[in-house]
Amino acid sequence: MLVNQFLFLSALLFCIGVYGVIARKNAVLVLMSIELILNAVNLNFVAFALRNGSADGHTFALYIIAIAAAEVGVGLGLVLLIFRNRRTISLDDLSEMKG
Amino acid sequence: MVAQNIGFAIIAAAMVVGALRVVTTTNVVHAALWLVVVLSGAAAQYILLAAEFIAVTQVLVYIGAVMVLFLFGTMLTRSRIGTDSGLNNSYAKLGIPVAMVLFAAMSLALADSFGTEELPTDSSLINTQQISDQIFGPYLLPFWALSFVLLAAVIGAIVLARKD
Repeated sequence: MLVNQFLFLSALLFCIGVYGVIARKNAVLVLMSIELILNAVNLNFVAFALRNGSADGHTFALYIIAIAAAEVGVGLGLVLLIFRNRRTISLDDLSEMKG
Repeated sequence: MVAQNIGFAIIAAAMVVGALRVVTTTNVVHAALWLVVVLSGAAAQYILLAAEFIAVTQVLVYIGAVMVLFLFGTMLTRSRIGTDSGLNNSYAKLGIPVAMVLFAAMSLALADSFGTEELPTDSSLINTQQISDQIFGPYLLPFWALSFVLLAAVIGAIVLARKD
């Protein structure tokens, strides 16, 4: 197996995730795209761990999984709060900071 | 080697199709279910990369916990369960060139740096004991910080979502 086949898959997933963050308006779908990006990064870490024969990449991948779980918990809490106050989770409607 | 490459190709194709459906589908619940395809594909790739502990953690945390959170979020925010046309921005088309340019830049860099370098096949594999030695050895302080982050996130999520 080449190193590059995993890295290319990871780059492709990362770019799809970036497209999702740009294109989506629904806050839950933006969070899902962020999960895609974090998974792409994890794939890179594990591929490089095998290439270098070091467990550091695995450790970082585990930490990223834990941070992603915390991020989704807080993110969905925020989305619920926004929905309760605004009755919408469309990110285009949250434009008070625009001036 | 050939069998591994065939397995990689099948799983990678499923992951890419799933990821594309996540960002293009018009149904929020379908997006969550396609995300399951991508996440389990990632777990399978970890097994191919001889990282079975990461693969099991991926299944437990992502497919077990995060997906349930996403489905709860979808239902509690009463996003329309059926088809919904208002999921994309007005400037969604702008994302396509951005993603393409990003991918082109990344592919150039990757092809330049790693070319046709093979993954080692006979090197000593990393086992779970080594990972735990890492976590409770040199990476103890980040682990500690991480547990505080998780605690703060749990309390914060309860405070945010509580009805008072």
